[in-house]
Amino acid sequence: MVNAEFDGTYAGWRAAARAMLYANVPPDQIAWGAQSDPQPSLLAISTQASLKLPSLADAQSAESEDSIRVSEDRRADPPLSVPKEFLRLAECISCFRDSARWTLLYSVLWRITHGERSLLGIVVDREVHRMYAMESAIRRDEHKMKAFVRFRRVGSDDEADARYVAWFTPAHFILDRVAPFFARRFASMCWSILTPDGSLHWNREELAKGPALKRSDAPAGDELETLWRTYYASVFNPARLKLRAMRSEMPKKYWAGLPEAGLIPSLVADAPRRVREMGVKDETQINVLRPAQ
Amino acid sequence: MGGKKGLGSTDGIGICHSYTPDGRCVSLLKVLLTNYCVYDCSYCVNRRSSTVRRARFSVDEVIRITLDFYRRNYIEGLFLSSGIIQSSDYTMEHLVRVAKTLRVEHGFQGYIHLKTIPEASQELIDEAGRWADRLSINVELPTQKALDDLAPEKQLVTIRRSMNRIAERISESREEGAASKKRDAPDRSKPPVFARAGQSTQMIIGADASTDATILNTATSLYKQQRLRRVYYSAFSPIPSSSEILPPIAPPLLREHRLYQADWLVRFYGFEAHELTTPNSPNLDLAIDPKLSWALAHRESFPVDLNRAPKSDLLRIPGLGVRNVRRILSIRRLHRIRLDDLVTLKLNVKRALPFVITADHNPHVFALDALALRDRISPRDAQIDLFGVRRSAVSGEL
Repeated sequence: MVNAEFDGTYAGWRAAARAMLYANVPPDQIAWGAQSDPQPSLLAISTQASLKLPSLADAQSAESEDSIRVSEDRRADPPLSVPKEFLRLAECISCFRDSARWTLLYSVLWRITHGERSLLGIVVDREVHRMYAMESAIRRDEHKMKAFVRFRRVGSDDEADARYVAWFTPAHFILDRVAPFFARRFASMCWSILTPDGSLHWNREELAKGPALKRSDAPAGDELETLWRTYYASVFNPARLKLRAMRSEMPKKYWAGLPEAGLIPSLVADAPRRVREMGVKDETQINVLRPAQ
Repeated sequence: MGGKKGLGSTDGIGICHSYTPDGRCVSLLKVLLTNYCVYDCSYCVNRRSSTVRRARFSVDEVIRITLDFYRRNYIEGLFLSSGIIQSSDYTMEHLVRVAKTLRVEHGFQGYIHLKTIPEASQELIDEAGRWADRLSINVELPTQKALDDLAPEKQLVTIRRSMNRIAERISESREEGAASKKRDAPDRSKPPVFARAGQSTQMIIGADASTDATILNTATSLYKQQRLRRVYYSAFSPIPSSSEILPPIAPPLLREHRLYQADWLVRFYGFEAHELTTPNSPNLDLAIDPKLSWALAHRESFPVDLNRAPKSDLLRIPGLGVRNVRRILSIRRLHRIRLDDLVTLKLNVKRALPFVITADHNPHVFALDALALRDRISPRDAQIDLFGVRRSAVSGEL
């Protein structure tokens, strides 16, 4: 058994995997040991340059094939050729919150470089299928973070001095992947997003990464939430209850962070009465459409 | 323009920032400037003769709420509509002013959808398209006859004329955009794009006697002639103090769902609208989806060999969505498709099985001819999976 120690980042894994491949170590002979899962550094960084993980960008070429670069001391070894799609997937999956990801990645890498070049095209292969499932879990997590982050305003009434702070708990290590979205969208605001994995801070110019923080570090409320809740309650149509559909898109684990979610039980409880008031004569039809609660 | 001055972005896919217990996505701040209205459309809660309480926002109020909500990440942008007050032009002017002020004075780059009043002047509609991402004019009902009965002030010819105008301006600005990109390095941040997210419309389902065949026919012509991005079908919901001439029943959600499925079949699966209904049964089958319904009526076209058939045939197999068709086409170049693979791809195997041939499966020739086939593969009772409604409306997988 070989211990492959690395720093827990994608770049670190890539270097370690390259060394293992050159040493011809098969997947079942390696114990992958990430020293720590990726922690953000305290360093202030600017958005443009540093947010991209240093992997794909430096490896990109016009062709669909890519060589994993040979590190300084291994210049003599022949370059390894791996489909670009593998690198793209691997970079994404490196954010998956499960240490088994490194073993899976190496196993697929091994197969690709040992006779199964087109492996990724066979999405029904057990390992490939697992990789794509992990990728979609990460994309869903990113999407839900973009959707469900709720900023709360602190400080001055003057927009120029206001600061917006949010708390969020991502399922995977996606902070670096979503940061450019928030920097672009909320460019003219000062904002912070605090998570248990690290924090992001934007001062209208630059993005800085900070340490992991606690929920209690974020503000507890915002005056405007009353208006938002009023809006939320008024767009709900009590004649169409579809709780399962709602929960599949907005699972309960997110509710604590959503100021409007506290209204859900009372909106649901009050729906039959409101429908009666609307003058629906044939109420049985409404009941048929209501999923079990 | 430096992004750091602006607020907002649109990345092509709208984000649902919340969901209400009716399963619907909350993406835009969807408001009326006012619910005063000089029109008297029977299906509308705000019609002139309704006793509903009236209110009106100022232009500045709408702008402030939009920005306040956007900064807290509650919304993707604004969907602004209005009852008609004073005149069509007067109302349209106010809608345009909201959009223009957001863009020009506040550097707002979030999404703006303006409901467009078909009777407004062309200059105003043109200006609306300069500031809005999307314009929409509601056809409301599929025929002039239905409009005459329920929305006497609305004229189909006026609606179509304004839609045509918008369609023309959209295609002009696309051509200009393409030409200016070639000429020199364009100012990428502000291309002169007219309603870059296109135009859409809405039809109300179940308020009049129109059949699904009529509705789908109208929708198809809107997609083809006015090149609409989307036609939305909206089951008529009972409304407080609704008009006496309307049916006081639960909204026909299932019918709405079937229409969305049919709409997807036409746009993404290569079906023609007229294939989905027949003169004898002009309405879609409520018990089974329109794709399965078509397959059962055309059993001679099956079984289809997943390892050999062209894409157009794969798309017609019940239980097989666009994404899985794409995957199968890619996998089968490297590997013969077997039954296990269908399970891995999570397609609806029970539904697809009688209609497909795989490397290890050939449906019993009598299975396809069996009269009981419909019962065997369709849902057990009328408790249709309404959960699937939204999912399929979003993913289009049937």
